[in-house]
Amino acid sequence: MRARQNKIGMTLFGVYLLLYVGFVFLNAFAAETMEATPLPGVNLAILYGFGLIVMAFVLALVYGFLCRDTGEAEVGEETKDDL
Amino acid sequence: MIYEPSFVAVAIFAAFVAITLGISFYLGSRAKSAEGYFAAHGQIPWFVNGVAFAGDYLSAASFLGICGMIASYGYDGFLYSIGFLAGWVVALFVIAEPMKRLGKFTFADALDARFQSRGIKLAAGISTLAVSVFYLIPQMVGAGVLVTPLLGFPHWVGVVLVGVTVIVIVVTAGMVSTTWVQFLKGSLLVVFSLVLTVMILSRGFEVRKGGIDGYEFQRLVLPDRAALGGGDEPVVGLPGQTIVPPTGAWKDTEFVRLKDADTGVVTVWSQRELGSGVIELVEAQSVDELADGSVLVNGEPKGTEKGEPELHPVGFVSSLPDGKEKTGPLGLLSFFSTLQNSEVVLWENKTITEEDGTKTTVYFQKPTPGSRVLRPGEHPRFRGIRSDQFRDKLNFLSLMLALFCGTASLPHILIRYYTVKDGASARKSTIVGIGTIGFFYVLTLYMGLGAMTSGSMDITQNNMAAPLLARSMNEWLFAAISAIAFTTVLGTVSGLILASAGAVTHDLVTNVLGISLTDHEKVRVAKISSVVVGTIAIVLGILFEEMNVGYLVGWAFSVAASANLPALVMILFWKGTTRQGVVAAITVGMTSSLAWILLSGDTFAKVYGLPAEMGIVPFSQPGLVTIPLGFVTLIVVSLLTRD
Repeated sequence: MRARQNKIGMTLFGVYLLLYVGFVFLNAFAAETMEATPLPGVNLAILYGFGLIVMAFVLALVYGFLCRDTGEAEVGEETKDDL
Repeated sequence: MIYEPSFVAVAIFAAFVAITLGISFYLGSRAKSAEGYFAAHGQIPWFVNGVAFAGDYLSAASFLGICGMIASYGYDGFLYSIGFLAGWVVALFVIAEPMKRLGKFTFADALDARFQSRGIKLAAGISTLAVSVFYLIPQMVGAGVLVTPLLGFPHWVGVVLVGVTVIVIVVTAGMVSTTWVQFLKGSLLVVFSLVLTVMILSRGFEVRKGGIDGYEFQRLVLPDRAALGGGDEPVVGLPGQTIVPPTGAWKDTEFVRLKDADTGVVTVWSQRELGSGVIELVEAQSVDELADGSVLVNGEPKGTEKGEPELHPVGFVSSLPDGKEKTGPLGLLSFFSTLQNSEVVLWENKTITEEDGTKTTVYFQKPTPGSRVLRPGEHPRFRGIRSDQFRDKLNFLSLMLALFCGTASLPHILIRYYTVKDGASARKSTIVGIGTIGFFYVLTLYMGLGAMTSGSMDITQNNMAAPLLARSMNEWLFAAISAIAFTTVLGTVSGLILASAGAVTHDLVTNVLGISLTDHEKVRVAKISSVVVGTIAIVLGILFEEMNVGYLVGWAFSVAASANLPALVMILFWKGTTRQGVVAAITVGMTSSLAWILLSGDTFAKVYGLPAEMGIVPFSQPGLVTIPLGFVTLIVVSLLTRD
């Protein structure tokens, strides 16, 4: 169970790392590309930045969904659902 | 700017703080054991804990620093938002659950779970203290910054006020109440930021010539230099204004000083060549500090009350697309596309020191196309990414690396994993945290740009951007936002002090010195150390008044990431890690990053007041060097000390 979860975590981490490194390297080594406007009047810097924030949440949800059955309290009494 | 307290603002503010304290006292009376004090009995519901993550994380630096940086320089401040959020991905996918499985109260517990070594406890305890204190400084400075316009107090009063309030919260209550305070504050911060963003969008942009005090800055185009006049000859188009001959330090600057024939008041203007001899004069603002200690603002003695001479608030759009005067309500994307094709007036400053000791700071206009405001690389600290030199880009890369690695290494974030009952709850609260924090960070871009164009910015410093933006909407909103920002500081500071107190009591006193304490004594030791750390924070907060709030936070992240991350990651994922390796990695990571910061050009310029070129290290952000150094140290020492 735990091994599977670690694997999912690492895969999702890898995906995000690629996106983040892409953003940082584009900024550092090809700053002009960030000025391109894929949507009329809205530049890549804003779209990519918003994209990184949204992707963090989406990947977090994916992770939560895939690992939904693991990590419940293993000792003591289990109180199901806390809210 | 002159700040006057308003009754409404003070009343709302007081009510907020009173309610927060009331909740702390009430909840604190229910937590008695050491387990309850440090870890809230592991019984905090995951959703509440998740929003409390946001409360802990969205510190004064996030709210005040990022909005302020965006308001003065545009997109660059948003890079911090992106980096701060990305760090949570590391926390969730790599650190959260293994940490929860290993530890009990503190970060040192988790590191030490496999070895039971006093050396590890000592190193981890000290690094927790170092990071917490580093992170406390900007929070305390932020507190002082907030109190000045709101209550009209000087900076140090604000710092002391926060320090004392927090010490009271922490001493009476511990983790249960800080969690609920964080929850409350995290929710309010996001809700009110949303309200502010909606108001910014519905207000849209409007072309103006000055700030909200109604003063309009003049611009004047002259056909040639002769039109500037000279002697008793006035400037063409400005009756009664004669040019002051540029002498001494004023020679060879882009500034022109004009003297009013009737009042004798001297104002400063910036001049710009428009080509073929045509020049443009643009009114600037100036502060003169005379040798005798008196201060002139725009040529007149500085006032102390509203209506007397002061610097004018700034921040306005100078032209909109298609020559429009006003946009009306804008959408989420049309906000950016409109700004992209507009022109915004940003301000720069230059200091001129004359031979008689007079020091003049000139704040002058820099009309900037919207397309430049919305791209990275305008802030002096990020300008390197537009350079051809590889070396100039390292500072940016180093900062982005430290932000990415820093979050998962912050002690006050790590202890929050112990306030829920199991790994699943830790995971769920992190997801809620990411959602809340991410949403807020999206709003920072709107709030920062809204502040930039609100006409209410304080030209001398940008930490106040968000509250001043709210004041340009209405007084109530201003009071609410300031109170929330203030409780933000309270919350973050109490979390940090609690983390330090935990480190002292649990790691240093109990485990390193080997003194066994009863639960009751543990809580008492923690409370005493809270008072001590709190007092240190107050003193540092007063000393560092001049520092930019967002500035120190990047460094706190670097120190945290360099000292803690290598040990944390390797213990969780490498079986070959040894006790000596962990101790060495923490020690080397912490000392090398601290030393790098103290030797950097930024510190030379801003803290010691020496030229930045004297800095010994090649760039200011340590992360790029010291984080890998921590990993290498751990691996090498572990291999050498293997059984």
